[in-house]
Amino acid sequence: MKISYKWLQDYIPLSEDPDVLADKVSRTGIEVASVIRPETGLKKIVVGHINAMAPHPDSDHLNICQVDVGEAEDYQIVCGAPNVAPGQNVIVALPNSRIAGNTKIKKSKMRGVQSMGMICSLQEIGFSENVVPKEFANGIYVFQEPVTVGAPVFKYLGMDDIILDFDITPNRADTLGMHGAAWEVGAMYAEKPKFETNDLVETGQSIANELSVDVTNKNLVPAYYLRRIHNVKLQPSPMWLQTRLWNAGIRPINNVVDITNYVMITYGQPLHAFDANKLTSDHIVVRQAQKKETLETLDEVTRQLSTDDIVITDDSQTPIALAGIMGGKQSEIDGNTTDVILESAVFDGAAIRKTAQRQNLRTDASTRFEKGVDTSAIIEALNAAAALLVKYAAATVDQGYLTGQAIKPQAVTIPIKLDRINHILGTSLTLDQVIEIFHNLGFGTAVTDGELIKVTVPPRRWDIHIEADLVEEIARMYGYDRLPVSLPKVAMTPGEFNPQQKFIRHAKRQLQSAGLSEVISYALTTEVKATQFKMTQLDQLTKLNWPMTEDHAYLRLNLVSGLLNDIAYNVARKQTDLAIYEQGRVFPKPEQQVRPNEVEYLAGAITGLTQSPNWLEPKQAADFYTLKGIVTNYLATLALKDAVVYRATDRYSEMHPGRTADIYIGDQFVGFIGQVHPLIAKQYDIHETYVFQLDLTKLLEMPNQRIVSQPAPKYPAVSRDIALVVPENTTNAQIDAVIRRRGGQYLQRIKLFDVYQGKNIATGYKSMAYSLQFQNPEDTLTEGVINEQMTHILDYLKSELNAEIR
Amino acid sequence: MSLKNDLEVLRDQGLTQIKATESMKDLNDIRVKLLGKKGPITNVLRGMKDLSPEERPKVGAFANEIRDTLTTAIETRKNSLEAEALNKQLAAETIDVTLPGRQVHVGTSHILTQTMDDIEELFIGMGYQVVDGPEVEEDHYNFEMMNIPKNHPARDMQDTFYITNELLMRTHTSPVQARTLEKHDFSQGPLKMISPGRVFRRDTDDATHSHQFHQIEGLVVDKHITMADLKGTLEVLAKHVFGAERTIRLRPSYFPFTEPSVEVDVSCFACGGKGCAVCKYTGWIEVLGAGMVHPNVIKNAGIDPDVYGGFAFGLGPDRFAMLKYGIDDIREFYLNDIRFLHQFNTEG
Ligand SMILES: [Zn+2]
Repeated sequence: MKISYKWLQDYIPLSEDPDVLADKVSRTGIEVASVIRPETGLKKIVVGHINAMAPHPDSDHLNICQVDVGEAEDYQIVCGAPNVAPGQNVIVALPNSRIAGNTKIKKSKMRGVQSMGMICSLQEIGFSENVVPKEFANGIYVFQEPVTVGAPVFKYLGMDDIILDFDITPNRADTLGMHGAAWEVGAMYAEKPKFETNDLVETGQSIANELSVDVTNKNLVPAYYLRRIHNVKLQPSPMWLQTRLWNAGIRPINNVVDITNYVMITYGQPLHAFDANKLTSDHIVVRQAQKKETLETLDEVTRQLSTDDIVITDDSQTPIALAGIMGGKQSEIDGNTTDVILESAVFDGAAIRKTAQRQNLRTDASTRFEKGVDTSAIIEALNAAAALLVKYAAATVDQGYLTGQAIKPQAVTIPIKLDRINHILGTSLTLDQVIEIFHNLGFGTAVTDGELIKVTVPPRRWDIHIEADLVEEIARMYGYDRLPVSLPKVAMTPGEFNPQQKFIRHAKRQLQSAGLSEVISYALTTEVKATQFKMTQLDQLTKLNWPMTEDHAYLRLNLVSGLLNDIAYNVARKQTDLAIYEQGRVFPKPEQQVRPNEVEYLAGAITGLTQSPNWLEPKQAADFYTLKGIVTNYLATLALKDAVVYRATDRYSEMHPGRTADIYIGDQFVGFIGQVHPLIAKQYDIHETYVFQLDLTKLLEMPNQRIVSQPAPKYPAVSRDIALVVPENTTNAQIDAVIRRRGGQYLQRIKLFDVYQGKNIATGYKSMAYSLQFQNPEDTLTEGVINEQMTHILDYLKSELNAEIR
Repeated sequence: MSLKNDLEVLRDQGLTQIKATESMKDLNDIRVKLLGKKGPITNVLRGMKDLSPEERPKVGAFANEIRDTLTTAIETRKNSLEAEALNKQLAAETIDVTLPGRQVHVGTSHILTQTMDDIEELFIGMGYQVVDGPEVEEDHYNFEMMNIPKNHPARDMQDTFYITNELLMRTHTSPVQARTLEKHDFSQGPLKMISPGRVFRRDTDDATHSHQFHQIEGLVVDKHITMADLKGTLEVLAKHVFGAERTIRLRPSYFPFTEPSVEVDVSCFACGGKGCAVCKYTGWIEVLGAGMVHPNVIKNAGIDPDVYGGFAFGLGPDRFAMLKYGIDDIREFYLNDIRFLHQFNTEG
């Protein structure tokens, strides 16, 4: 809401610097987004009188004007506006003036003719297209009222005013009218606003003789009043009214429409004017719209109505207005209007909101009805508009008004105790201080027992219902800066992360120390990417019912596709060596559920080089075993009771069938690791990439090994190396299993230290070399014991795996 | 006293030789030659039986003195030869210390995680719990429990991704507070919590809007919580995140779930409050929203608002990080350009 500083001065004595005022308002009630001085940046723009005009000899649309700008001699100015004419008082930008957009106007020649400046449109001096009166929209502005030639134009156009742009929160719709704004500002300066009204003189017949009204749904229309106006003389509004409207961001149209708008911004109460002669009946019915009804609104859009909409109708037949939002085209006030029906009403906010949303039609009226209006100002606003029509449109007003639905404005009385206020705010305010604030706000007070205050809140502050609302009024008016500063004085509570939070933080630290950087991707993605890399076949997708774009329409079932997106983004920017991870939730939905589960996952990806070549080391490319090492090390830190097992799998269509393993803890599936299928990598536009994905929620539930401290061994360990030649499809896991099973009680560690295929090894075979470590914690191991055990192991490797010992 | 003379000559010659020796081997040879079993001093001592009883102790003492002198001289020379040899070896081992060190790859945590961790740890230190909640939420917890019934104008303020009429992507982390408040047993003490996490709004992504971002909301409820406590707590937060010299100010605002409601500004950390481009020449930067918990929110959780009350606040880690590090496009957080992420590797 654009609040005119001058207009405020009509109601309260105000001498505060507008910037200071704006800051005060922001600090006590409503954020002032900006302070606008319309004439800022403009200079040497004056009223000119066109004494004479002749067509430009070399142009079919330019005119040469002789313009009196208050100097000894007329200025010759060339003007191309279609509406320029001799005798007009116009806006002249003199040579060396500045107009909107910081444009400098100089003496110039237009097609060979000297021009001393420029005759301006309102837009050229900074007016928004939206507020310029239609008749001047495509040409220069022409003053309608007496002005002094040569004087700066600003005061005539209201540009010497200062506009405070109130950014009004939904609860403070009371300040969507100048009266409300004046109460708010007045409360800050302990000034009670004074409002003057024109007395309404009713010279017509009794309204009941001419008009009747019915409201069918009293809940949707809590208040409905009409007045009947005759003999309206339609013309432009006086300048003072036009300038107030355009400074408030509203386009002046004609006196009747302007007066309804002016009253709306004065009281915050939207009004509507119907052309009475365009109605087919004298019976107005307010009802819900029927299915398939249509209405062409003032913006010339034909709207399909729904039974949720409220309409004003002509004898219940034709809708003539979309109640509380916009009038109908058919009953619009126009140049021929002489008879007017004025409406002042209250419509249910929720209903208006729904209709406005569905019709995508937000108006000054609908905004106000949605958030509520001052029920004590409805009739006052109606009467004020009628009085202005008498004054500025020579109208006669019928006696009385019609009531379709009456509302009784109710003041609210809220009891509050002084110590309650101090208890909530942490202050030590006195009764006098509190009462003064309530009085400044225009609230009534009655004190009993020296501490209980019964506060009477007038209907114009319908946002206040409960004790907490009053506490807020006290707090903001007293000043938040003056509140004391303390910390909660409560019983001690332990602050610590819960086991899951610790578990997640641990996982992140481990991966970071292994060189992976954390990324955060979008949880909402495409249907395809949401489903890729999912870990159980039963998981179903969850879709948003009204997504913003198809790119973010489904809840992800995996983290890997997000990582691949990130890799693609980096690769496209020539960043090809990447090691990243994400920790976040996926949303698998079991078939019977509406609501998806939320499962914490951990996923990582590496691609490119893990080691760029340098003077110490050769380059090293990311491969399966790099990532497996990272995952294995992480899992080892969890001290899980059961063994980590990698089982080759080809069950993921997005993964390389020969380079992927499911990860099990004991017999529990917890995730997978492997190379992204080359075809998928191609789809993402990325190179060879290795990924893993783990279900952290499952890992967290896995039984742990309790760590019991062991003394450092006292007796030396003994190592034995063996080299085997085995068929090439024999896996490390198979060999490891045999050695472990036959290794005896002293076998402590098995380390694979060489894998070789090629020269000296028969085709179809490979050589694998292991180092075995034995240790007896209680005694020194003898050669004999170890030799015996080794023989045992080798025998079984031969018999079970056809291994040949080298 | 020719024997004594002989010994003196022996000593002087010996000392000269020792001093001139350049190798351990030569030094060893000298030691054997002078002090060995067949050496001159041993000979002298052996010949003592031919001396008179008066002379014997004098000559003996003198011979021993010379033996000690020579032994010490050899030892000293040996030490200095060893030191020279070591110095030579060390000189030969010199490396170019300006060559780069071996690479150790350590990953970084995401700047949003760092921002959130920092705030979470601050509140943990003040005895708060950190509570996680579902990202897919019920309308009931996301809105109704927070005093935002259906058709409330405030629903406009947060455009929502719905899954069904009753199920949605949470638009804030307040529903976690509603859920926790509902379960909290006040006989066990006050409720002090923060709820960090991902939230979603039906927005078109651009430099300042993201359909996914993060929030940390805080809530303290007990019998005697005041707005002054809120102010003090936020001051601690602002100083922790933006620097010890920062001050805060509260401005009235509106949220359906708090009354009074305030916006909180922190004095500009870029200019100290004098006014600059960062603070749009106001000296202040809006950083979060807060207020005293609305009695309806307390009541909705089944708690008596006449007895219990408290404060709540909500902040955006994305916005905090953008302000603190001068990031001008919120999408940077979710595009994960590795060069962007690696800038923030100085986690303290
Ligand atoms: Zn600044």
